[in-house]
Amino acid sequence: MTRKHRRLMILGLCALGIGSATALTLTAFQDNLVFFRSPSDIAREAPPGGRAFRLGGLVENGSVERTLGNDGRPNASFRVTDGANTIPVTYTGVLPDLFREGQGVVTLGRLSPDGTFRASEVLARHDEAYMPPDVADALRRSGHWNPNQGPPPAASTWNTRSGS
Amino acid sequence: MRPALGGGLHRFANPGRFLRMTGAVMQWLWGGAILVLGTGIVWGLAFAPPDWQQGETVRIMYVHVPMAWLAMGGYTGLVVVSILSLVWRHPLADLAAREMSPVGAAVTGLCLATGSLWGKPMWGTWWVWDARLTSVLILFFLWLGHAALVRAFDEPERGARAGAILALIGGVNVPIIKFSVDWWNTLHQPASVTRFAAPGLHVDILYPLLTCALGFTLLFAALILARARSAVMERRIRGLELASARRHDSGRVPQGAPA
Repeated sequence: MTRKHRRLMILGLCALGIGSATALTLTAFQDNLVFFRSPSDIAREAPPGGRAFRLGGLVENGSVERTLGNDGRPNASFRVTDGANTIPVTYTGVLPDLFREGQGVVTLGRLSPDGTFRASEVLARHDEAYMPPDVADALRRSGHWNPNQGPPPAASTWNTRSGS
Repeated sequence: MRPALGGGLHRFANPGRFLRMTGAVMQWLWGGAILVLGTGIVWGLAFAPPDWQQGETVRIMYVHVPMAWLAMGGYTGLVVVSILSLVWRHPLADLAAREMSPVGAAVTGLCLATGSLWGKPMWGTWWVWDARLTSVLILFFLWLGHAALVRAFDEPERGARAGAILALIGGVNVPIIKFSVDWWNTLHQPASVTRFAAPGLHVDILYPLLTCALGFTLLFAALILARARSAVMERRIRGLELASARRHDSGRVPQGAPA
């Protein structure tokens, strides 16, 4: 075994050690590494009362109601869903431009005793699909996709399609 | 017997040969970078369609995504040259690693800056501590740390050795960045291009993006090669100056005569 082979071996062993140590650490901290919890996570195990956490999911179709508060600040109430479970959310403030029904959102706030999530921050979380407006229109007109119900269909069905 | 990989690469260890061979490549690299990047940028910024929901803001992608790919791809390159440096003790590997990290740090910084500029109008925030953004910030610090560490020693060899070890340890971060959006839920959306399913971008957006990515990659390579060449030349000049100073000291050349 030459010195180069020995060095290569040592390096390989170190890489294996560091790799498995990192993998173990990340697995151990799995719960702390998630940015938000889904309605199903909350249904399974509700966080202790009054604790702030992030709730994420899709804005349910037909659930958004916007009103104007007495102080002139906009209020919004909507439901966040992950398909299986749904949590009602209230929020006072300006919503991000991308906020709409069927869009992903991540909200920061507290769960009140009546089961409503009172959000102090709402962030929009868009999907990984990028398409020109005319292609999106064509998908909508042909009934292949209703943006209010969630992300677009599989990319292979539209990513080479022309708009008209 | 010498392994074929290291042996083959040792031909380039001769500084004169390195400068000659890379000198021929340089102009093509610069030319290709300007041509491809120019095409990609004009295509992406002026001719590609906007996104149906993000509008014109989506054009930040033509800079942000290539920067993100280069930050991770470049770091993978740094890991490879660090292995070459530690195992085969190749002098060019040390040189490449030393010249890569400032460019890598700049690219990662641009990725973070453009991402932040994109995040504010779309997500509603400049920054969040989700797994993707945080791991890229760690990558930025790894690049900066490497650049500082290799320059922190009086003996360049020790700096190169320490830098190579840091680069290898930091290598675990690259798969974490790549898969952070799949392993944990994040505010950042999952991959659109580098995934097994069909790309989630319409071809009218995908093709200018790939052109920009190729252009930025050529520019990245050109910058690093140009830095490596000037470092080799600098070392040569220093060698010549040292030699001439030594000739002065030994008194072989009379005072005041041209060296």
